[in-house]
Amino acid sequence: MKLIFERHVEGRRGFQPPKGSFAPQAALPEDLTRKTPLRLPQLAEADVVRHYTRLSRLNFSVDTNFYPLGSCTMKYNPRICEKAAAMPEFAGFHPWWPQLPGGGRVSQGILRILYETARMLADITGMAEFTLQPLAGAHGELTGSFIIAAYHRRRGNRKTHVIVPDSAHGTNPASARMAGFDVVTIPSDASGVMDFARFREAVNDETAAVMLTSPNTLGLFNPRLREIAEIIHGVDGLFYYDGANMNALLGRCRPGKLGFDLCHLNLHKTFAAPHGGGGPGSGPVGVSEKLRRFLPVPRIVRDDGGRYGLVDDAPESIGRVAPFYGNFGVILKAYVYLLLLGREGLRQVSDAAVLNANYVQEKLRPYLDAVTSGRCMHECVFSGRRLLEYGVGTLDLAKGLIEKGFHPPTVYFPLIVPEALMIEPTESENRETLDAFIAAVKDLVELAAEDPERLHRAPQNTPVGRLDEVAAARRMQLVYSE
Amino acid sequence: MPAFIGASPDEQRAMLAEIGARDMDELFAGLPQELQSSDFALEPGMSESQAARHVAESASAIRPPVNFCGGGFYDHYVPAAVDTLSGRGEFYTAYTPYQAEASQGTLQAIFEYQTAVARLMDMDAANASLYDGGTAVFEAVVMAARITGRRRVVIDGALNPIYRSMLATHTMTTGIEIVTVPPREGGCDRDRIFGELRDDTAAVVVQNPNFFGCIDDYSDIIAAVHEVGGLGVVSVYPLSLGLLRSPGEMGADIAVAEGQSLGLPLSAGGPYLGLMATRSRYVRRMPGRIVGMTEDAAGRRGFVLTLQAREQHIRREKATSNICTNEGLCALRAVFYLALLGRDGLRETAQRCAETAAYVLERIKDVPGVTPAFGRAVFNEFVLRLSEPAEDAVRRGLEAGVAVGIPLGRFYPQMNDCLLTAVTEQTQADDVERLLAVLAGTTRTKK
Repeated sequence: MKLIFERHVEGRRGFQPPKGSFAPQAALPEDLTRKTPLRLPQLAEADVVRHYTRLSRLNFSVDTNFYPLGSCTMKYNPRICEKAAAMPEFAGFHPWWPQLPGGGRVSQGILRILYETARMLADITGMAEFTLQPLAGAHGELTGSFIIAAYHRRRGNRKTHVIVPDSAHGTNPASARMAGFDVVTIPSDASGVMDFARFREAVNDETAAVMLTSPNTLGLFNPRLREIAEIIHGVDGLFYYDGANMNALLGRCRPGKLGFDLCHLNLHKTFAAPHGGGGPGSGPVGVSEKLRRFLPVPRIVRDDGGRYGLVDDAPESIGRVAPFYGNFGVILKAYVYLLLLGREGLRQVSDAAVLNANYVQEKLRPYLDAVTSGRCMHECVFSGRRLLEYGVGTLDLAKGLIEKGFHPPTVYFPLIVPEALMIEPTESENRETLDAFIAAVKDLVELAAEDPERLHRAPQNTPVGRLDEVAAARRMQLVYSE
Repeated sequence: MPAFIGASPDEQRAMLAEIGARDMDELFAGLPQELQSSDFALEPGMSESQAARHVAESASAIRPPVNFCGGGFYDHYVPAAVDTLSGRGEFYTAYTPYQAEASQGTLQAIFEYQTAVARLMDMDAANASLYDGGTAVFEAVVMAARITGRRRVVIDGALNPIYRSMLATHTMTTGIEIVTVPPREGGCDRDRIFGELRDDTAAVVVQNPNFFGCIDDYSDIIAAVHEVGGLGVVSVYPLSLGLLRSPGEMGADIAVAEGQSLGLPLSAGGPYLGLMATRSRYVRRMPGRIVGMTEDAAGRRGFVLTLQAREQHIRREKATSNICTNEGLCALRAVFYLALLGRDGLRETAQRCAETAAYVLERIKDVPGVTPAFGRAVFNEFVLRLSEPAEDAVRRGLEAGVAVGIPLGRFYPQMNDCLLTAVTEQTQADDVERLLAVLAGTTRTKK
C-alpha cells in the first residue's frame, strides 16, 4: 500500500481550523519561526480515513482473530469500557484542575474513580496501598525499583544487586539496572522454576530484592514462594511480584499473602484495557504497609466526609513518576471492568483462563512437547524441537498459523525452552475457537513432515510474505524520503 | 457469569471432562490451599447498564470550568476522524507488532508516524513513541549520558517543573548529576548556562516554548555545548512547530516532546505520548521501538520492528532502556491528526493560537493591576503579574466557572503574584471576556 506521504496532492485539505476571530497582532519575530518547509501531506478527510481504514484491515487483532500470545493476556476488551473513557467529562478534563487552589470541587468525579480503583487493586492483591502513576508494566517495575532503593536508603542498608530468575521477562533485569542495581540471574531447575539452591547461594547482605512472577513464564506456580520470602526477608531484602501473570490468580490468591512486599499489575493485560497495538498501558504498583511512605506523590486521599483530595506532602516519597495521576483513560477502563466482574467474576475469569490453557495443553500434547507433564496455570508452553528433524522451526509453525488465520503464540520465549511456543488462550475464548486452533496446529505439524518447504514459504495469503529483517537493520530506512 | 467469558458452563464442564479433571479446583491443585483467599471485599458484579449509570454519576460530579490552564497540556480541538480511526478494533485490540505479516497496518502507520515526527522536528529519525514528555526528557538524558560517557546534565529552570520533578525521581539512583540553572526574566539565564558548560557536561536540556510560554532560539546554547563535547536536548510543544523554529533548525542532537497536542484528549492526565527524534549517528543509541522499511522475497515493500538488539527482550539488563509497552495507539492518533491537518492546517492552527494570545495580551492592558510579567515573545501561553496572590484569582475564577490559569508560586517562590495563562484555537471571544472579568475582580461569583 502507498504511504500517506505518497498520497499528497497540493491544494487538498482534510481539516478547516477555526477562522481567526481576533485581528492578527504583530507577527512573531522572524528569527524564532520555522524556515524549513514542513513536509506534511495535504489530503482530503476522506483520503485520510480511507487510507487508515484500509491499513487497519491488514492487522490481526482480538476483534478479528484468536490471539493466544503468551504472557500478553490478549483477552476481549468490553466496549462499555471504551465508551466510558470517551465520555466528554473525562476526555476533556484538564489534569491541572485538581491541583489548583479550589480545584477539588470540579474534580471529585476523577479523584473518586482513581481512589476506588486503587482500593479494588489493593483488595485483589492483598497490598496495603497502590499508586496508579506508572505508565506501563515496565514503568511499574522501575517505580518498584525506586521504592526498593528508597527503602534501603532509609534503613541505611548497603545494597548492590537484585536477583531475577532466567525465565523472567527482559523488562525485570532492565528495570532493576535502570534504577542503578546490578542484576544477578538465577537459572531454572529441571521442573522449570527458579533453582532454589542457587537462589539461596546468591542471596547475601547486598541483595536488595528478588523479582519474581508467579505463575512463572513456564506457566508454573512456584511451590517454594514462602521459603523464598523468608530467605530474602532474612537479609532485609524485598520480595517483588511481577503481576504479568495475575490472570491465573485473580480471585483465588493474593500476592500479599504469598509473602510479596510489592508488586505491579498490568491493567492492559489482566484488567481488559486494550493493548492498542503496543500501548498505552498502565502499571500500578502496590506495596505492603512498611513501604507505604515511599509511594509517589501526589497521593489521592478520602476524608471522613467522603471528599477526595490530593496530598503532596510526603517527605519520604520517591517523588513523581508520571506527569499527573497515571494514564487515567486506561485506569478508567480497568475500573469499569472491575465493576462488571465483581467479587465472583474475578474467580470466574481465572477459572476459565486456566481451564482453557489446560484444555489446549492436553489436546496438543500428541503433536508438540509440553514442558510439563502436569497441569499448567493460565498459559501452556511447548517446545517445537521435534519438528527440527524436518528442518521446520517454531518460526515456520508460527507463520503457518498466520496463514490459517490465527495469531501465533509467543515464540522463542521463555528463552530457556528450545523452540518455545507459549500459548495463552485467555478466558475470552470458547471451545469452538480452541478446537479450531488445535486442529490447525495438528495440520501444520503433519505438514512439517510431508512438505516442509511449504511451511518455509508461509504465510502466502498475507499482504506481504516474510520480510527481510536483516536488510531492515542494515539499511535503516526509518523514515520515508521522496 | 460475566458476558465476556467465552465458554458456557456446559462447554466448561465438557472441557473439564475431556481433560480428565473433576472440577476447577483440581486445576489449581498446585496452589496450596492455605495460600488461597476467598474473603475478597469487592462488591458483586454490576450489569452493563448499572456500571454505565455508576460511571455517569462520577462524570456528573465533574464541573468543567472554561479553561485557560495549559502548563504543557492544551485544550486543542480533536477532529472527529481521529476518534473514529483510533476506535477501529483492528488497531486498538492488536498487540505490539512482533509478527510483521499479521501487523502491517500498525507497522506502516507507525512508520508514517516516525516520518511525520522527524519532519516536524527536522531531525533524521524518530522512535515509535515513549510514555510521555516527562519520561522522554529522562530517556534523552540517559541517552546523552551513555553517548558522551559523562554524568553531568545542565537543565534550564524554565523546563516544565513537572518534567524536572519526574527527572529528579528517575535519576535519583542512577548517578546522573542534574544541575538546574534558575530562569531569568522568563527565559534561560544564558550567562549562567554558558558558565556551567564544562568538559564533563553530557547535555544541556532546554524547552521551547518554555514553561512560561516564552519562545526562544537556542542555537547559541547548543553550539556552545557542542564545543565542550556535550549534546543539545530540546523539548518542544509539537503543535507550535507549525510556526516555530524546530529543534533540528537549532542544531539539537535529541528532540523530545509531549505529544498530547497532536490529537489526544486531556483525559485527566493520560494516556499521553512521548516523542523522541535524533540524528542518524545516534539512532542505535535511541531507546524504544523503531519500525523500519524492508522487502519480502517477492520484492514487496513491508515494515518490521528493527534494531531490536537495543531492546530489553533481547539485551535484558544491557538494553538502552527498560521500555516495552509504549503509547502505540496514541502515536497512531498523532499521525491521523497530522495527516488530517496537513502542512497548512497545522500552520494555521498554530497561527490561530498565537493570534489569540496576542489579542488577550492586548486586552489585558485595559485591566487595572494586571500586566504581562515579561517582555518576551510568546506562542499561546504567557505569565501575568497580578496585584494580588495568583491563588486568590484562581480561587475566585473557579467559583465563577473559569480556570484562569496556573499560579506559579508553588514552583517559583518569588512568583506568588504570577499566573500562567494559556489559550488555544478553541478560545472564543466570550471566554476571553470572562477571563478578563475574573482578573479585574468584577465578576459575580456563582454561589
